Amino acid sequence: MLLIPCPHCGDRPEIEFRNCGEAGIVRPTAADDAAWTAFLYLRSNPRGLHAERWRHVHGCGRFFTLHRHTVSDRFESAP
Amino acid sequence: MPQRFSFLSLARGALDGHRSWPEQWRSPDRPDADYDVVIVGGGGHGLATAYYLAAEFGVRRVAVVEKGWIGGGNTGRNTTIVRSNYLYPESAALYDHALKRWEHLSTALNYNVMFSPRGVLMLAHSVHDEQVFRRHICANRLAGIDNEWLTPAQAKAFCPPLTLAPDVRYPVTGAALQRRGGTARHDAVAWGFARAASARGVDIVQNCEVTGIDRDAGGAVTGVQTSKGPVRAPRIGVVAAGHTSVVMAMAGLRMPLESYPLQALVSEPVKPVFPCVAMSNAVHAYVSQSDKGELVIGAGTDQYISYSQAGSLQILTQTLEAICELFPTFRRLRMLRAWGGIVDVTPDRSPIIGGTPVPGLFVNCGWGTGGFKATPGSGHVFAATLARGEPHRLAEPFSLDRFSTGRLIDEAAASAVAH
Ligand SMILES: Cc1cc2nc3c(=O)[nH]c(=O)nc-3n(C[C@H](O)[C@H](O)[C@H](O)COP(=O)(O)OP(=O)(O)OC[C@H]3O[C@@H](n4cnc5c(N)ncnc54)[C@H](O)[C@@H]3O)c2cc1C
Ligand SMILES: [Zn+2]
Repeated sequence: MLLIPCPHCGDRPEIEFRNCGEAGIVRPTAADDAAWTAFLYLRSNPRGLHAERWRHVHGCGRFFTLHRHTVSDRFESAP
Repeated sequence: MPQRFSFLSLARGALDGHRSWPEQWRSPDRPDADYDVVIVGGGGHGLATAYYLAAEFGVRRVAVVEKGWIGGGNTGRNTTIVRSNYLYPESAALYDHALKRWEHLSTALNYNVMFSPRGVLMLAHSVHDEQVFRRHICANRLAGIDNEWLTPAQAKAFCPPLTLAPDVRYPVTGAALQRRGGTARHDAVAWGFARAASARGVDIVQNCEVTGIDRDAGGAVTGVQTSKGPVRAPRIGVVAAGHTSVVMAMAGLRMPLESYPLQALVSEPVKPVFPCVAMSNAVHAYVSQSDKGELVIGAGTDQYISYSQAGSLQILTQTLEAICELFPTFRRLRMLRAWGGIVDVTPDRSPIIGGTPVPGLFVNCGWGTGGFKATPGSGHVFAATLARGEPHRLAEPFSLDRFSTGRLIDEAAASAVAH
């Protein structure tokens, strides 16, 4: 289980949080198939540092972005 | 060609305590300089692809390059449930193509893959489950695939350790049963395909990691870079499961995939107590008994992507709580080992099989939490696709471009999980 640093509540156990996937996925403004495919489905899924959204659902409710290394599962500071 | 296994050869082997068996497949230390097709990834799907390329499609110069040892990925880590009762016609056809091959695989490969069609029981716990399962059953019957509804009493008769107690958190309200489903021996599947492929000239190179994909000025693939040097090939088939995004990024492609840890565990061995496979998607519990006597238990995925090959304890705890409640006789069993694999999950929980925007680069991935059952069928349709350069009829709906055309095959909505 991860220990997740909520910017509002500090370190809390993972079961209080919902993972919301890759950060920085921006909704396209134009009706363009390629842009919408990328927005809806394509992900970097890296073996390495991953910028991801979390939500403290069973806590303060806040959304925030963290960087985690996907091999060690450790949170690291933003690159 | 390795010696054929027969009653006589086994008896002869027994005489000296099975000490004189030769290696069952060639394991060249390095790949050759060039091949017709290079398969990236020596799991069941990659090895099956290589086997069918050589055995059925006449492509002889094939290499399988594996970064670790063959079958060391999800093939050797899964809970081996085999079934074909998927909802959509495209999926049912693909998985049943595999199930029909399982039925004759040991003979075809001359290797005992221990396919055991002992029946897969999918438990329903609510009105919603029941409606979904009945819809599955009707859809399957229309597609010519066996699946039947059992009342709680019939489910208990089929699987005696099951409790029908009304006061558990998720009481059993019935079950769907596919009698042709069951289990197979995971290692034997990798080894059987490896042996049969090697006998037909396929080079299986282990400890050989693909580190780059070479392309010409027009963008077409020309080969791969590996930890054992460059290999030229006009066609590359990537069958790297949880690591597919990493390999495809070498050709500049972003994939509709996310890689999650999925865990399983086994108990101490006990006498035969569990006659079938039982699974409950609602509470993420999957259980069968191996021939050694261990209960083989599958759990759910973690909520975040990871390549750690280890999942969280709370996931196992949740599954074990469900198992103990559904099968109270197992409450005092001790667990022996737990492990994780990295599964490549697509947005619609259906696999991706076929070509890519990069000429010569093909991919077979996205099998996620449930691809072991598809191994022989997946290998067969992917080999056909690689050999002909166009998709096999059954593979066509599973093309990568369905994510831009919108023709998803949404087994995710159909069952949420797909073991
Ligand atoms: C715990 C668990 C339980 C499961 N239970 C079931 C089940 O009950 N029923 C079912 O049908 N399915 C199940 N699955 C899913 C099933 O295991 C997979 O879908 C299936 O085995 C995938 O086979 P594969 O050959 O594609 O992948 P793998 O066996 O993972 O093979 C991929 C190979 O590619 C290699 N590779 C990766 N990157 C590179 C590189 N750069 N260069 C060279 N080689 C590389 C890896 O080392 C690996 O050996 C389960 C999975 C897990 C983890
Ligand atoms: Zn908080």
